[in-house]
Amino acid sequence: MAVFYILLLFMIIAAIIAVETKDLLSSIICVGAIGIGTSIMFLFLRAPDIAITQIVVEVLGLIILIRATISRDLTFITGDREFFGTVISVVIIFVIFLAGIKVFETLPDFGTPLITEVANAASNTYIKEGFAKTGAANIVASVILDYRGYDTLGEATVLFTSIIGATIILRKKAKKMLEEPDK
Amino acid sequence: MKGMTVIVKTVASWVKVLIFLFGIYIVIFGHLTPGGGFAGGVILASSYVLLMLAYGREFAEENLSLPLASKLDCVGAFLFALIAILGFVFGGVFFVNFLVGYSQPLRLISAGTIPLSNIAIGLKVGASLFLIILTLSIFRPDVSTGKKE
Repeated sequence: MAVFYILLLFMIIAAIIAVETKDLLSSIICVGAIGIGTSIMFLFLRAPDIAITQIVVEVLGLIILIRATISRDLTFITGDREFFGTVISVVIIFVIFLAGIKVFETLPDFGTPLITEVANAASNTYIKEGFAKTGAANIVASVILDYRGYDTLGEATVLFTSIIGATIILRKKAKKMLEEPDK
Repeated sequence: MKGMTVIVKTVASWVKVLIFLFGIYIVIFGHLTPGGGFAGGVILASSYVLLMLAYGREFAEENLSLPLASKLDCVGAFLFALIAILGFVFGGVFFVNFLVGYSQPLRLISAGTIPLSNIAIGLKVGASLFLIILTLSIFRPDVSTGKKE
């Protein structure tokens, strides 16, 4: 349990720094730190699929945010700190590479599902009890609408919100173009 | 003359019914065969998108107008949430399948709330995908009928 509190403290400190700092790029990097903390938290809570989704979305969002801010807030590190920063970044990249190799070693072989190796995996329960408990012949339907209904509710909410946003933005633009047809 | 040639219009007018029926089949048999609300909703939306491509935006908008599509979208979303809340009311837990056990398995009406959720999601996904393509097609500089939106 201690690791959760350490991660939580790390994320809270990163969030406070992200709000309080004056430099825009540092703030974005702190947001990325919060994201990776969330991802590691999901990994410790034994939800690796959510952790992968979290880190992919976080990396994409970070790239977009950095691309959006890099032109208006440039920070150059010069002098003695240049060597220091290079060494630190090379070491961090090397550590992440080693960690990646470790993670790939723990993955099951290609073509062997996890349920053959882990006896009490959740998918075993779904396959054994899914039909008897929900009455749905399609196990996928019983999982996404019964066992993991919250997940589907979240997905539907994401779709709903994104379509509301797209509709509002596009209708406003179309209205503006209809009012000024010359442009 | 809006839309494409008469060949495309004739074929589209025949095929759109079949696509729509196939979408309904995918949605309401989602608990028995592969498919479900998301896939069926996309097929339902694609039948209207075919109509829009063949006949032009105005014709599709006469069949399913933009306010009606947004209302269907909201109805689907709230229906899905309502099923979850009904599970809380009758079963004690949010999202519990409170209707299971009242019917034989492997029938069309079985599996409790799963078909109802599929219908709600199909309505929601179909309406919202049609809505997003409709708004994308409204966002064109060469719209001559400068009425609403």
